Amino acid sequence: MAIAPEKRRAPIYEGSRIPQPIPSVLLVPEELRRSDDILEVNFGPNHPSTHGVLRLVVELDGETVVGLRAVIGYLHTGFEKSMESKTWWKAIPYAPRMDYLSFQANELAFVMAVEKLLGIEIPPKATWMRMLLVELNRVHSHLVWLGTSALELGAISPFWYTFRERDRILDLFELVGGVRMHTRYFQVGGLAEDIPRGFFDECRKFVETMPSAVDQYEQLLDQNEIWLKRTKGVGVLSAADAIALGQSGPVLRASGVDWDLRRVEPYLAYDQVEFDVPVKQNGDVWDRYKVHMDEMRESTRIVDQSLEGMPGGAWIADDRKVVLPPREELHTSMESLIHHFKLVTEGFRVPEGEVYLAVESPRGEFGCYLCSDGGPRPWRVRFRAPSFVALQATATLMRGSLIADMIAAVGSLDTVMGECDR
Amino acid sequence: MTYAGVAGLVEEKVAHGETTLVVDPARLVEACAALRDEHGFNFLSDVSSVDYLGWSDEPISGYWGGADGRDLNSPGTWGLGRRPAPKPKRFAVNYHLLAIRSGAGEAARVRVQVWLDDGETVPTVVRVWPTADWHEREVWDMMGIRFAGHPNLSRILMDEDWEGFPLRKDYPIGGEPVRFSGEE
Repeated sequence: MAIAPEKRRAPIYEGSRIPQPIPSVLLVPEELRRSDDILEVNFGPNHPSTHGVLRLVVELDGETVVGLRAVIGYLHTGFEKSMESKTWWKAIPYAPRMDYLSFQANELAFVMAVEKLLGIEIPPKATWMRMLLVELNRVHSHLVWLGTSALELGAISPFWYTFRERDRILDLFELVGGVRMHTRYFQVGGLAEDIPRGFFDECRKFVETMPSAVDQYEQLLDQNEIWLKRTKGVGVLSAADAIALGQSGPVLRASGVDWDLRRVEPYLAYDQVEFDVPVKQNGDVWDRYKVHMDEMRESTRIVDQSLEGMPGGAWIADDRKVVLPPREELHTSMESLIHHFKLVTEGFRVPEGEVYLAVESPRGEFGCYLCSDGGPRPWRVRFRAPSFVALQATATLMRGSLIADMIAAVGSLDTVMGECDR
Repeated sequence: MTYAGVAGLVEEKVAHGETTLVVDPARLVEACAALRDEHGFNFLSDVSSVDYLGWSDEPISGYWGGADGRDLNSPGTWGLGRRPAPKPKRFAVNYHLLAIRSGAGEAARVRVQVWLDDGETVPTVVRVWPTADWHEREVWDMMGIRFAGHPNLSRILMDEDWEGFPLRKDYPIGGEPVRFSGEE
């Protein structure tokens, strides 16, 4: 029943496939343009397969893509501009709201960048809890990616299975932060609140069942002939092209580059846990799918180790110029009351300077550039959104492909338009 | 590793554990190509721009610090603080570079910075790193900095006919041209 994977091996290209002179636009060759057979088709801005409002202007010669240009910006809401007018801690909720799938990774990048400017140490319990939540968030993001990608290629069942696990993760987020998405649980200096009782037991139950759930998804797809035919050898990106186009995360690792910021720039406590970085060689949609599956397993491993290694103690740093004082002190200590008042009304001040901090979000390198003039509000906030960069690769991926493969190829880049347009 | 031989290098700064190379905009492409080919920075993470209009016009109070963080022993008084050090020009464009080697043990990063005034152009680095294409378009769209030689410098997030550059400091929040007034 299953077809041998060797049958459709990814073609090997010589040299770069990045279009010239505009790297993100595939231009129709002049002799083809004159032949008058070119059909221009608009995919989007509202198309069910684009996870948001992405417009792809495709020029077709028969069923072959000969021209392509991605148009973005439909979800631009000016996050970066808005954050400039908020105090530092009121700007925190903006960061996760760009992306409804990897919200905690985005929140982490912003909070850690502020902490880098402040030079503040965070307690170990907060470090480990952040790592646990960010890894759960990665599983959550990959689950939605898998479910919707399979759905786009006509497989409805995986969607229901992945959303079953996704809902359990959202329940865990609800337990810690009170809401299912955009929890705003990371505070400058640590966590907003202590970890609630019962969280570890619930999380343990999830960790025990997750590996078998990933096996179950693979059983649904790995032997599925339609899935194999639609993903193998489709949307190929070579390692050199991936680096040149700034791709990161699963897309880069599927192209054979062994690169993970958790490994090469260990932040949080990633240097104290064991995990493998899945790397595949062909750089096609199938490999991206496999990288996502393996990453879910590895993230579950990290969550498991975080549960084991979770230290006790304080959940937030004891720095009264940045962190709100404990609630009970407000009734007895004048000093605490003043600090509380100052922090809530004016906010804390961040020393003058600029930092760039990157974390490995589910989509790749999510960077946060901050510039402070020493005041209570950011002078400039800038996010390096991996989705924005990933979409630049559409022209390279689709070069000479069939129009039907576009859904699989663009879907495999795992983009979220809210993050792309910011 | 030393960056002393990079073309057009004006200044090398280290703060918060990050190296910043201030480069003469006229020799930016030369410097970037050298950083890519000789220093191994094959990956352009990000291009970010900052508008420093109004920077250090008003004093800022509170706790002051340098690269090592805040100095809690000598706070500026609330309300009568110091002014941040002035900047050489109005705009800064920062290129965040990363050296990717498959299977490498650690990452190396460097920030290349160029300073510009309103109306000055900076050469494009699309031919050094193709990923600069959309990053530079975004900087043009948001800050109004022109990249000379860019193959497709057009608006990317805003509409083609948008007026103004939203991330400039003189652009108001929620700023939108009024297309119709009550009298018409």
